[in-house]
Amino acid sequence: MQTFQRSVTVNGERFERTVEPRLLLSDFLRHELGLTGTHVGCEHGICGACSVLFDGQPARSCLMFAAQAHEHEIVTVEGLGTIENLHPVQQAFREAHGLQCGFCTPGILTTVTAFLERNPNPDENEIREAISGNLCRCTGYQHIVDAVKLAAKKLQAQE
Amino acid sequence: MDRKYIGKRVVRNEDPRLLTGQAQFVDDVQFPGMLHAAFLRSEYAHARVLKVDVSKAREYPGVVAVFTAEDMGRDWFPGPPLVSPPPTVKDVIFHSRRQVPLVKDKVRHAGEAVAVVIAESRYIAEDAAEQIEVEYEPLEVVLDLEKALAADSPRVHDDLESNLAAQLFQKKGDYEAARKEAEVVIKRRIVIERGAAAAMENRGIVAQWDAKGRHLTVWDTTQAPIPIRNGLAARLGLSESQVRVIAPFIGGGFGPKIMMFYPEEMLIPWVAMKLNRPVKWIEDRRENFYATTQERGQVHDVEIALDRDGRILGIKDDFIHDTGAYDPYGLTIPINTQCHVMGGYDIKNFSSEFRVAFTNRIIATPVRGAGRPQGIFVIERMLDLAARELGMDAAEIRRRNLIQPHAFPYQHEIVDQAFAPLVLDSGNYPAVLDKALEMIGYEKFVKEEQPRLRKEGKYVGIAVAPFIETTGIGPYEGARVTVETSGRVNVATGIGTQGQGHFTSFAQVVAEQIGIKVSDVRVTTGDTSEFHWGTGTFASRGAVVAGNAVHAASSIVRGKILKLASKVLGAPEAELELEDGQVRIADIPQKSVSLGELAALANPLRGAVEPGTEPGLESTAYFGPQYGATAFGTHAMIVETDPETMMVKIRRYVVAEDCGTVLNPLILEGQIHGGVSMGLGNSYYEKLHYDENGQLLNASFADYLLVSSTEMPRIEVGHLETPSPLNELGTKGVGEAGAIPVPALFAQAVQNALHDRDFEILEMPLSPNGLFELLNKETE
Repeated sequence: MQTFQRSVTVNGERFERTVEPRLLLSDFLRHELGLTGTHVGCEHGICGACSVLFDGQPARSCLMFAAQAHEHEIVTVEGLGTIENLHPVQQAFREAHGLQCGFCTPGILTTVTAFLERNPNPDENEIREAISGNLCRCTGYQHIVDAVKLAAKKLQAQE
Repeated sequence: MDRKYIGKRVVRNEDPRLLTGQAQFVDDVQFPGMLHAAFLRSEYAHARVLKVDVSKAREYPGVVAVFTAEDMGRDWFPGPPLVSPPPTVKDVIFHSRRQVPLVKDKVRHAGEAVAVVIAESRYIAEDAAEQIEVEYEPLEVVLDLEKALAADSPRVHDDLESNLAAQLFQKKGDYEAARKEAEVVIKRRIVIERGAAAAMENRGIVAQWDAKGRHLTVWDTTQAPIPIRNGLAARLGLSESQVRVIAPFIGGGFGPKIMMFYPEEMLIPWVAMKLNRPVKWIEDRRENFYATTQERGQVHDVEIALDRDGRILGIKDDFIHDTGAYDPYGLTIPINTQCHVMGGYDIKNFSSEFRVAFTNRIIATPVRGAGRPQGIFVIERMLDLAARELGMDAAEIRRRNLIQPHAFPYQHEIVDQAFAPLVLDSGNYPAVLDKALEMIGYEKFVKEEQPRLRKEGKYVGIAVAPFIETTGIGPYEGARVTVETSGRVNVATGIGTQGQGHFTSFAQVVAEQIGIKVSDVRVTTGDTSEFHWGTGTFASRGAVVAGNAVHAASSIVRGKILKLASKVLGAPEAELELEDGQVRIADIPQKSVSLGELAALANPLRGAVEPGTEPGLESTAYFGPQYGATAFGTHAMIVETDPETMMVKIRRYVVAEDCGTVLNPLILEGQIHGGVSMGLGNSYYEKLHYDENGQLLNASFADYLLVSSTEMPRIEVGHLETPSPLNELGTKGVGEAGAIPVPALFAQAVQNALHDRDFEILEMPLSPNGLFELLNKETE
């Protein structure tokens, strides 16, 4: 099978890899780079669990090929914060109990991080709209909405 | 009781890993040389398999092996029966027909696995599966529940005389006599259809066989790792100690992840041993719709008898339950339904016979609620019809029938899913109802706001639905609690965790006894090498059964700590207090010893140990309830319905819940919110559409609609606490509670909103389109 030489920057680190044209970006991140924080829930672009930041914008990594990421910058959940030093959005999700099983969480965190950059002081409806492309089966979204409100406050306090 | 850790809104121990992508899920397990599996699944729902030709797939570059049922030889046999029928009920019929690892003679549901391809990558495995040629002889499909039980129906299992999988009759009092006394008798047919659990994580298995160490390790998205280990050992001819099953972080369970065994669960470990290579199979979303169990399909013929004051004299509910192609899970779901038809009401006369039908659909096993939502839907719908006929208020007819606080323990005189007598242990049901009514402002809304809004032309409706949830059933769970020399505490229990926060709530239970920070308690669930006795996470029993086992073990460890500290500090035990990882003399706080020091002293390297002493500060304890603890709750909501588009907007949603002692309100509320969202799905969004050939028409998230953030209302939760007398913590389960009354509530609210239309909601799930058709049917 034909392959491509590709270079991608993920979480600030540059990777050079040979990829098959059909390799999904989600599989590339998870299996080639070992960044298993990005989760795959439906592989048809609905659930949003695999959302990553692609040049700063949330994107479904299951709907893109790895080859398309050539010379682009990706941030995954691993790029937000660490266990010892949680990103304010991650900290807010912990305090507000914005996650249960945690499977959809990485996609929600990346989506919310970009959203709060665009809209630092959102109201409840705007938050619900912003996360409406991310399915969560555990929380009923209420604590997620609360977490996003809290994250907005935390980020504003930081500035 | 004044508690320091239990009942507090403690943030979760597990979150930092989950929030940073550092928590291991099954699909994150990677090994060098790992192979990947893909299944060829039947396109037909019912067909004879005439020929399977895998030769092209075997030759496909990158393919290591292809297996059919034939290739498994003597290792091909069905899965174990999971739950047998209740031995205590007379004249029960039960035909056990269990699922097989791969189809041999006949396909019984679309999506049943015919062959498995093992290749160097999943991409290759899927390519090669397409090269397999199967010759089928399609058979007539069995779907409709009544037709399935007709004498002339084609049979799902040829060796049975009919599609009757089971039949069970239970009664209380004398319904026929009660009916004769009745002033109002209402009879209806109620139809409930299937939905999917749709956990965000699909199922998956990784199996690694160490040929030289003779040891099998399996990572499995199961809610019940210990039964899986025991069953795998038996299947594969290994000792239980040669098999380790790990249920790591699991991306939601909701019931279907405790179907033992799925065909893939039987097969993948066998393949790993056969090939002596690690093998991974991860279900994709489409497979999840076709190969993961579902629930809720039932048809009820129900009759309710009341007096003129709206008091229920009796209920008769005969129903058919759809078990799908096989019935490994026994009668759990229909018995649950039967047990919940009487709900929290004081009903003296009850008669219910259910028949279970084999159909050409995927196996039915519990999905959050597990038969309970159907039972509650049936009784609540009938009460609404009765209230209408009697011209009574919806809340009032319920209040009049609720079991009174002095009547506990209350005997329903039938057996529950654990074959134990259905005894409601404790509660204050009217207080919970009143709390919900007060929270939503029932009186004011009905008397003032609704008339005003209706005048403005708005179709607003209010509803209130009380419900019981039988939870926390046996047989037992266990836990081991160990104080380590670091001063931290390690806890292991056998159940699995799928997001319920056990790593935190169990730590709170330990902290309460041992006086240590919650974050200093490390809890392991779902790893058979850490703890190997137990059953699993189901029936909302984690906090009740495992929670009380953790409590029992912690209490014993507390005793050991005090005994040793008393010697070390030279003070009587009664004068000691445990706090912040230290044991202190209460009056002389500077005289203290740390838990870590005590742990080291309890496990000395030299010196004599008194006879009869156990080393360490450790205990293993078990808890097995006599029968389940029953929680009670009431949901209420206000909706606005658009009579043109049939869209339903939820204006208010309140929950009053009494699940006994609350371990962590934050986690509890999260459980309820999630349950309600699933219940709303079951009400208005999520229906599995099967066509006449048994094909699922909406097997994707684009077509099967999960509730998203924009449909979910904000939920107000109020707590009441009536501790269960059945366990020391006083806990009752709550995991499924949120989902149980929602379809009943939704139907009542929509019916109330469209008050000037003559129609009856007697089915679930509905949809805007379904409601439109229902209204038009009535006016035709």
